[in-house]
Amino acid sequence: MEKKHWQSFGELNQSDAYQKDTRDEFRDELPFVGDESKSFLAAKAPRRDFLKYLGFSTAAAAVAASCEMPVKKAIPFANKPEDIVPGVAKYYATTYVQDGDVLSILAKVRDGRPIKIEGNELDPFNGGGTSARVQASVLDLYDTARLRFPTIDGKEVTFEAIDKSIAGAMAGPVVILTSSVTSPTTKAIIAEFIAKYPGSRHVTYDAVSYSGMLLANEATYGKKAIPSYHFETAKAIVSIGADFLGTWLSPVEFGKQYATGKKLNEKAPEMSRHIHFEAVASLTGANADEKFLHRPSETGAILTALLSAVNGQGVTGISDAKLKAGIEKAAKALTENKGAALVVCGSNDVNAQIVTNAINEAVDANGKTIDWTATVNSRQGVDADFVKLVEDMNAGTVGTILVHGANPAYTWYDAEKFKAGLKKVRTTISFGAKADETTELCRYVLPDSHFLESWGDAEPKAGHYSFMQPTIFPLFKTRQWQDSLLKWSGNTNDYLAYLKNYWGTQAGGEAGWDKALRDGVINPATPVAVSAAAFNGASVATALTALASGKKGGKTELVIYEKVAIGATGAANPWLQEMPDPVTRATWDNYVIVSPALARTLLSIDLNHNGQADDYEVNPPKPVVKVTVGGKTIELPALIIPGTHPDTIGIALGYGRSEKMGKSVVGSGKSAFPLLSFNGTTVSNTNVDVTITATGEKYPVALVQTHNRYDTTQGERTEVVKELTLAEYKEHPTEILEEREEELKPWGGLEKFEGKGTLYPVYDRPGIKWGMSIDLNSCNGCGACVVACNVENNIAVVGKPEVLRGHEMHWLRIDRYYSGDMDNPNTVFQPMLCQHCDNAPCENVCPVAATNHSSEGLNQMAYNRCIGTRYCSNNCPFKVRRFNWADYMGADSFPHNQDILSDVVLNMNDDLTRMVLNPDVTVRSRGVIEKCSFCVQRLQEGKLEAKRNSRPLEDKDVKTACQQACASGCITFGNLNNPNSEVSKLRKDNPNRSFHVLEQLHVLPSISYLAKVRNSEEAHGKAEEKKEAHS
Amino acid sequence: MISFRRLAKTTITGTILLFGTLSVNAQDGKTLFQTNCASCHAVHKKLTGPALAGVEDRWPDKTKLHAWVHNPAGFAKTDAYAAGLIKEYAPTLMTGFPQLSEKDIDAIVDYIKTVPDPSKAGPAAGPVAEKGEESDNSLLFGILTLILAVVALTLLQVNANLKKLADEKEGHGGVEPVPFWRNKSYIAMITIVLFVIGGYLTAKGAMALGRSKDYEPTQPIFYSHKVHAGINQINCQYCHIGVYQGKQATIPSVNICMNCHAAITEYNGEKLYNAEGEEVNGTAEIQKLHKYAGFETSKTWANWDPSNAKPVEWVRIHNLPDHVYFNHSQHVKAGQVACQTCHGEIQKMDEVKQFADLSMGWCINCHRETKVQFKDNGFYSIYEKYHEDLKNGKIDSAKGITVEKIGGTECQKCHY
Repeated sequence: MEKKHWQSFGELNQSDAYQKDTRDEFRDELPFVGDESKSFLAAKAPRRDFLKYLGFSTAAAAVAASCEMPVKKAIPFANKPEDIVPGVAKYYATTYVQDGDVLSILAKVRDGRPIKIEGNELDPFNGGGTSARVQASVLDLYDTARLRFPTIDGKEVTFEAIDKSIAGAMAGPVVILTSSVTSPTTKAIIAEFIAKYPGSRHVTYDAVSYSGMLLANEATYGKKAIPSYHFETAKAIVSIGADFLGTWLSPVEFGKQYATGKKLNEKAPEMSRHIHFEAVASLTGANADEKFLHRPSETGAILTALLSAVNGQGVTGISDAKLKAGIEKAAKALTENKGAALVVCGSNDVNAQIVTNAINEAVDANGKTIDWTATVNSRQGVDADFVKLVEDMNAGTVGTILVHGANPAYTWYDAEKFKAGLKKVRTTISFGAKADETTELCRYVLPDSHFLESWGDAEPKAGHYSFMQPTIFPLFKTRQWQDSLLKWSGNTNDYLAYLKNYWGTQAGGEAGWDKALRDGVINPATPVAVSAAAFNGASVATALTALASGKKGGKTELVIYEKVAIGATGAANPWLQEMPDPVTRATWDNYVIVSPALARTLLSIDLNHNGQADDYEVNPPKPVVKVTVGGKTIELPALIIPGTHPDTIGIALGYGRSEKMGKSVVGSGKSAFPLLSFNGTTVSNTNVDVTITATGEKYPVALVQTHNRYDTTQGERTEVVKELTLAEYKEHPTEILEEREEELKPWGGLEKFEGKGTLYPVYDRPGIKWGMSIDLNSCNGCGACVVACNVENNIAVVGKPEVLRGHEMHWLRIDRYYSGDMDNPNTVFQPMLCQHCDNAPCENVCPVAATNHSSEGLNQMAYNRCIGTRYCSNNCPFKVRRFNWADYMGADSFPHNQDILSDVVLNMNDDLTRMVLNPDVTVRSRGVIEKCSFCVQRLQEGKLEAKRNSRPLEDKDVKTACQQACASGCITFGNLNNPNSEVSKLRKDNPNRSFHVLEQLHVLPSISYLAKVRNSEEAHGKAEEKKEAHS
Repeated sequence: MISFRRLAKTTITGTILLFGTLSVNAQDGKTLFQTNCASCHAVHKKLTGPALAGVEDRWPDKTKLHAWVHNPAGFAKTDAYAAGLIKEYAPTLMTGFPQLSEKDIDAIVDYIKTVPDPSKAGPAAGPVAEKGEESDNSLLFGILTLILAVVALTLLQVNANLKKLADEKEGHGGVEPVPFWRNKSYIAMITIVLFVIGGYLTAKGAMALGRSKDYEPTQPIFYSHKVHAGINQINCQYCHIGVYQGKQATIPSVNICMNCHAAITEYNGEKLYNAEGEEVNGTAEIQKLHKYAGFETSKTWANWDPSNAKPVEWVRIHNLPDHVYFNHSQHVKAGQVACQTCHGEIQKMDEVKQFADLSMGWCINCHRETKVQFKDNGFYSIYEKYHEDLKNGKIDSAKGITVEKIGGTECQKCHY
């Protein structure tokens, strides 16, 4: 365990700037106004001014106090709805639908306002898990940039008028352009509409295309569909560029499955093995047991070699020795686990996917880890259909186009051609909820309602249905687009009636329908068994030939990827923008990811060089590079991310939006969609020959990686993450336990540490003692918990300028640690939040006792008592306390206090946006410290529920927001005093992997972690040394 | 606290004296009637449901009556009279009370018999509470302090004079006497005293800012809790439905008022006076409600359209700051605290006024003194050590487990 984890390059080098930086709690100097060299009286705010202000404010306060109390009204309902009790939250099952993604959710509705989204535990795939995007989607409902009424040519009209006008303008042939439609009723309605307007057609277009898979599956399995994957039953997982934990296909579901395979039973330590090949560092790559880097142009060769290797013919055609070894390892793992092996490939190339299918056949995945019964409906778009549509539009053979959920004017690689074609379409109708790039160009705009305002259904996978019901009356004059289609096709039913008719008998009558709405889902009566599809290998040979003759890579290659939080369409959501990307830890921008090796040659930054590393890392402005792809150029700042292939760069999609999308897109990044390439069949997210040059300019990027350090000058501390390999663990399971014992020996060892390690008395904790356990093995760093915490606890969005100054407010952050080789390091993610220390150093130093300890083990924070000395934050070894430098939430009575803030922050304080605030949590104002409260509002609610029912507290009563959001089940929370609580049992069952962070300080954290165990073959350094020592 | 307890005692004694003549059975019946029946039935007046006087004569067969009360809809299918009743009072159907035992129902009937008809007799005098004289000693102390101060001053003056005389006698002569108003030590003393008094008053005044004890605004409708909760003994929860479930007790919506006031259209109880002592016309106030409800007095409950109702804009009396979390169900359901503990004798108030100052000190004090339902509520079974200590006497069982003992005075119980 001597292995060194490092968070920043400075830490690795122990550079000067790093050492200086760790001495200070806050990054910026104290904001003294005026020139210090001049005399005090000459300062900008001299003593007399101070006295004047003091006198004035005292007088003003006296005058204000003598005024009468304002009269407040209490207005009850005129007629109280039966099932609403003011102040009591109701949960309604509904469905999140965005860009084809479907997730069954529960919407928490407080006094008529949906304020939080939780996963629906009846959803058989995601099982109550959510993603950052799902968590943040509730804010989209209250987005001030939403369209508020229907328009013709930008002028407000009524729905009657627009219906009338469209009836006259609907010219054939009509094309309905949508993202993947998963709703069976919507499909039926589209069919009805097409029947009414003969010659019309429905074109499906996905912003991020999966056509390669669809076509490959058609070629090899005869089904233009995507199967279900089962990572939980796979013992060997090989991914070639598929970021399945972050963005690929169904990350929430896969994250949950993956964590199942990674859960470690201490008594029988076995876990799945994941080998990852990628060009640019991704979330999945960071989690892999072993990761190998390659150029994007080598994808075909890797697949070919892997196919050959699993067929026992050895690895051929790979020159890079490391990569070759990696493929051999992958092949070995796959063949050893036939029937429990799975290969996934992120390429959108048909041939690559055909070969992937062939490999999966060879390792017997079909029907075992790949299921053809419950096929996935979330991606149906085939690029060729859309190419044809663009051709038709430009040829003038499209009379009317109806656009819903698709935004090709932004997301199509050749957007200009689409825009030109759109001009030639006589009638353009958009159902866009916001004035996105395509909607802006349409004549008729009938804004669609948000999914939380809508009725609907969805079939995410064949045979599994999820239902949508409104949780709030539409906020604006919006109409569901299905209603419009029904009206225009002459159906007199509205969509609700249509939906009820459709499901009436299928769901089992009125009672069945009610049940479906209450549950939110209808699943097959008996869980359908995994099934195989017949494989037709005829196309494999041609695919292999095609891959072999694929384009050769140039000097530098480009990968265009999706960010976990932003995806293709999330940039307008400030919560997602401010969530640090798990891989790069950057917020508010996109950038060019370069490897440390490329940084050396291109940017002359050697990260092993003390001064250069500091210059790069300490100063937010990053060098700007210019990337040229076939005549198109883009200038973006460069970030050096280890774990990226030296000759490959990466740029994220989803940025550079139209300013009409909202305040949070303004000045945020540039669009990478034009850099995508088209290979004649499918859109490719790689470009194998690009040029990159340094421009010599700089651009600030709000990186949070170097904020909140642990180290202090008080001395070296043991590391806060503990990582082992499976081999090490098997050989020496009690390594961590012994290490802890050894470290605490001077204070009585583990057993007596609590009493002997301190001068303070040990306190009684009758009743409840809250505790949490976080399994680093299950955590994949996706960030759902971070956003869930934001939503639940009214955490302020501070905007890019404030993040640059280290003022971000997140109560829960996910720290990224590297270890090993700088070019291809191992990565560990560690969720870090207030540890609720029982001997908390922050509590002792508060001069006003604003932070103190509760008998239930909570480290409490009383905002109204806090005077903002920040001593607590200074004394916190975990750096989890946050200070409100400005009035981010608009909670101050004097609006002037918000002056310095960016537009995004002010926009978050709009009356509309503020509807999302949780009324059970105080909105903090300027000058107070805040931090994780273990969701105390939920704890109190849970306890009250138990008291009302006169029974002891159970695990199900209390779940923290982060715990509930996590799909991987990495967070366990409960009453430690109850030996039967989940968290107590977990700690008891995993004595060897449990540890407290910075335990030797005797702060007695209430949170324990379970060490990360990586299933890589070689033991990390230490074990090897040990072997040497033994021999 | 003390005066409240005294009042409560007086009330109880008064009630017992008043109803002492009734049978114990009827006594139970009264409680049962008020909790279960009074929201829809009066004894001598038709409300949502029929007047219950003479119910015995109308239901000679008690078993039938029991069956009816337990399950009105079910029984009506077998009985013509019951079916007629349902038809008469349609669309409102009587709620079934399966939880009432036959004995309970008989007790209610017994109680109904004992209630005199108000149209024949004068209105029954409500329990009159004698307000105990609070003996106030502060005046006495004040006078004593003043006298002592004067004596002290005189003595000091005498002392000074004597010293002067002694000095003169000894021939020191010398110092010109300083009159006491220019004596520096006097001035200093007075300044200090004034400063202390001023500081005390300022601090006290500052702390009282934003507190509004005894706030008694004029409401849009002269709604008398005394008439409803006091004289007519309507259970608080009948109107304040949220009190067992959520944070807010909730002010009733118009449709809840109309449950009774569709039938009760005039007020003929004892005279009502507002805070200024002016007489209030009760019937006119009911008509105000009808106006809000969009209800025409000539019409009946059955053809009132609730969708015409407009909410009443009451003036909020109890205003807790936003950073305080308060939950009614926590106190009323889990803690079994009586409404009057915080709201005062609401059943005696015509116009509601704020009884407590709602200051943090007031909350904390109560949390320090009030016992939790330690033995009755299953939640507290997890406090094994306390149960043990109670048993073996380590914790004084008279003092019991207070809210403070289980952490009820910690910051994050109310502030988060």
